[in-house]
This record gives sequence, C-alpha cells and structure tokens, in this order.
Amino acid sequence: PFWLKCAEGTPTQFAKSSLTRLLAVNLRASPHKMGTEAMFAVKGKDFVIIAADAMTAFSVMKLKDDYDKIWEVEGKLFAASGPSADASNFMEFIEKNINLHTLRTGLKLSTKASANYTRNELAQSLRKKGSYQTDLLIGGVDADGPKLYFMDYMGSSESVNKAAHGYGAMFTFGLMDRYWKPDMELEEAKDIIRKC
Amino acid sequence: LGAEHRLATAPQLDSCRASARNLAMSGYDRAITVFSPDGHLFQVEYALEAVRKGTTTVGVRGKDCVILAVEKRATPKLQDPRTIRKILTVDNDIALAFAGLNADARVLVDKTRIECQSYRLNVEDNPTVDYVARFIARTQQKYTHRGGVRPFGISTLLGGFNTDGVPELYQTDPAGTYYAWKATAIGKNSKSVVDFLEKKYVEDLEEGPALRLALKALLEVTEASGKNIEVVIVRKSGLGWMTEDELDPLLKELDDTADKISKLKETK
Repeated sequence: PFWLKCAEGTPTQFAKSSLTRLLAVNLRASPHKMGTEAMFAVKGKDFVIIAADAMTAFSVMKLKDDYDKIWEVEGKLFAASGPSADASNFMEFIEKNINLHTLRTGLKLSTKASANYTRNELAQSLRKKGSYQTDLLIGGVDADGPKLYFMDYMGSSESVNKAAHGYGAMFTFGLMDRYWKPDMELEEAKDIIRKC
Repeated sequence: LGAEHRLATAPQLDSCRASARNLAMSGYDRAITVFSPDGHLFQVEYALEAVRKGTTTVGVRGKDCVILAVEKRATPKLQDPRTIRKILTVDNDIALAFAGLNADARVLVDKTRIECQSYRLNVEDNPTVDYVARFIARTQQKYTHRGGVRPFGISTLLGGFNTDGVPELYQTDPAGTYYAWKATAIGKNSKSVVDFLEKKYVEDLEEGPALRLALKALLEVTEASGKNIEVVIVRKSGLGWMTEDELDPLLKELDDTADKISKLKETK
C-alpha cells in the first residue's frame, strides 16, 4: 500500500488523487524478442560502466540513432532494453517510485535495494497484467563498493561483475570473460567496453 | 501533541469565547458536517485553534528565494534531535513548513508527495507550487465535507520555484483555503510576527536581507538559539538547510533582546 501502483484506469479515474496510470495493457503475452539492441556493463574497483546502443526503430525504419536508453535514478544507472514503450513506461514508473522513497525517508536507496524493488515490480507484473518486455542492467556505487545487477524481463536478478543483453551478448560474453579482472581501473574497463 | 488537543466534543474553551461555548454546548460542534445556526463549522474553527497553538512558522518571499523558518520546541534531553524535522520536502524544489498537529502533517505531506510524483509521472513536468497548494487545500477541504472524519489540524506554508524561475509562497489552512503571500507567519503569536513583517517587508529582497527579515520576525516571539530554530532557504537550484553553526552567529547578531530590555529599563 505504500508504493505507487500501476492500475488500469478508465479516463474518469485519471482525475482521482490516488495514483493511476493510463496504460493500455496487452494481456496476450507477446514473445520476448532478443532484440537487435545491445548493452553491456562491467564493474571496476570503485565504479560501474554501462554502455547501450542508441538506436530505436519502428519495423524496418530507424527512427533515431541518438536515443538514450540509460536512465539515471537517484545516482544509479538503469539501462533498459526492449520496445521503447515498455522500457520508458516501466522506467518512468520505477524512477518516480524511487524518487518518492527518497522524499519520504530522506535517504537514498542502495543499489541492491533499488534493484530488488525493480525486480519485484517485474515479477509481479508478469503474473498480473503481462510482462514489460524489458531487460535491464542496473549499476551503482554505494559505501560498500560498486554493484552491477543483470535483470531480465521476467524478474530474475543477479549481482554480477560483467553483463550484457541482446544478440550482441553472445559475442561479447567471451570477450568480457577473457579480459575482465577484479579491481580494474577506469581505463582498463573502458578498453573492454571499446572492444565489446 | 497529545490529549490536550482534542478536537471532538466539549473542548476546554477560555472565557473570552463564552458565546461560542454556548452554541457549542447545544451540540453544533459534534459532527463537522453540521453547520451551526449562525453559519459556523465548529470543527474547522477548532482545528484552526489547534494551529494557533502550534509552533511559530515564518515564510518570506524574496526576489529569487523563499525563506522558511520555524521554531523548534525544545527537545527533551533523552530525545535524538535529528528525528525532529519540522520543514519537509514535498517535491525536489518545494519545501513545506507547518503549524499544528505533527501527525496530521506527516499524513498530509505523504499524500502530497505521492501526488507530486503522480503529476510528474503523468505529465513529465514539475508541479507548480500553486498546483501543490491547491492539492493540499483540496485535500484539507475534503475532510471538512464528510462525516466520521475530522479536519487536518495544520496550516502549511509552501515555498518553491516554478519552472519560469519565479519564487512563490503559499499558505493553506484546515478550512481548505489557500493564499499566496509575500511574507506571513502561522502558529503561536503569529499575529505579532505578521505585524512585524507588515512593517518591515520590502519588495524584491535579496537572499541575505530576506533571511535576516525572516529570522528577526521569528525572534520577536522565539528565543535566539540555533537549537530552537530550523531554517530552509529555497533557491532555484534546490533546497538548502541552514546548519546550527551557520545559524548561531547570525541569530546572535540579530538578537536585540538585550537592547529591548535596556530600553524598557530606561523608560521606567
């Protein structure tokens, strides 16, 4: 009851002061496409670096090649892939909820807490109204060090050292396994990303 | 605030409200949905009374800032002072100070925070201070309109900036009305503070003079100590809390109690 909830609303409900979101929800589960999008991330000694491609397309037409898929929420980075409708709707919702938490408590959520909150929302929506077809990479630096989370549209979530989404992941995992080492400096990490 | 602020039946009214007491005794103050024969909503008026007993809160609008200063009641020795926050953030650039029942403020501010995020989610823009004030006023009014609930026993002062860079100061009260102010005060002894502000307020104050005006106004009715006063400066870039270290020297400078006492002694 304390979190903002997505609710399917009719236009008259929009005026209610309780939080509603006008969402047209497609309850037929659509198959999750791996996507031509690519995103990768590596964890360094006191930082996390996330890269995501900047293309957004409609069918066979490239609409934009400078589309920013990485969201910055209370100092954490959320890279969201998938149909831009799902990614932006979901991420806007997460962003506002995390902001609300900060306003209410005066404290920022840790990366672990933000990631867990996000995965809970994904897991719940999967069984209620259909999934958000969005895979995520979540990165942040807390007092106890940098954290990187690999998350998929079903709500699985793992803390990892290196991660990637999309078809590109198939090629880059090998690269990251080969070159990643613990406590990397920024230049070494940038080098890996460049290779990816 | 505990049992001494009962807003329900048969409150302790002082003798100068004898006429109100007569009417109250005849039962028109029981449920808020009932008007009295002479057009009063007693529960709302009693809520305003609760506000009048709350800690003094001052707001001053400058040229490019809003100053909110509140009197903090002295914390008991064993209490952790960090847990007492009298000025709350409602949105990234909007601060809320209140006078009245602390618990009511907490609930109302929570509703307001949700509303601000809801607005941002739906419209992808900051809510204006005016919008937030209207929302709070609308909420407070709703609770004067239904049976089985009582009004919120708080008045709020909202300070913030709109996207056009103009600072605004709004006040709401338990009746559900809201006003925009250049400078005002609510809570205990607010009348003397407002009188002071009316005399000394000048248009387009810079941040420094606005801060001094707000503090001087508060010092009319409060003890000059960093422990007793909480100050927030609302700027275009965001909210800034003044620390006790910053506040103490400024208060010492503005505190003229010693002068006033010596003047009194002279006139005697």
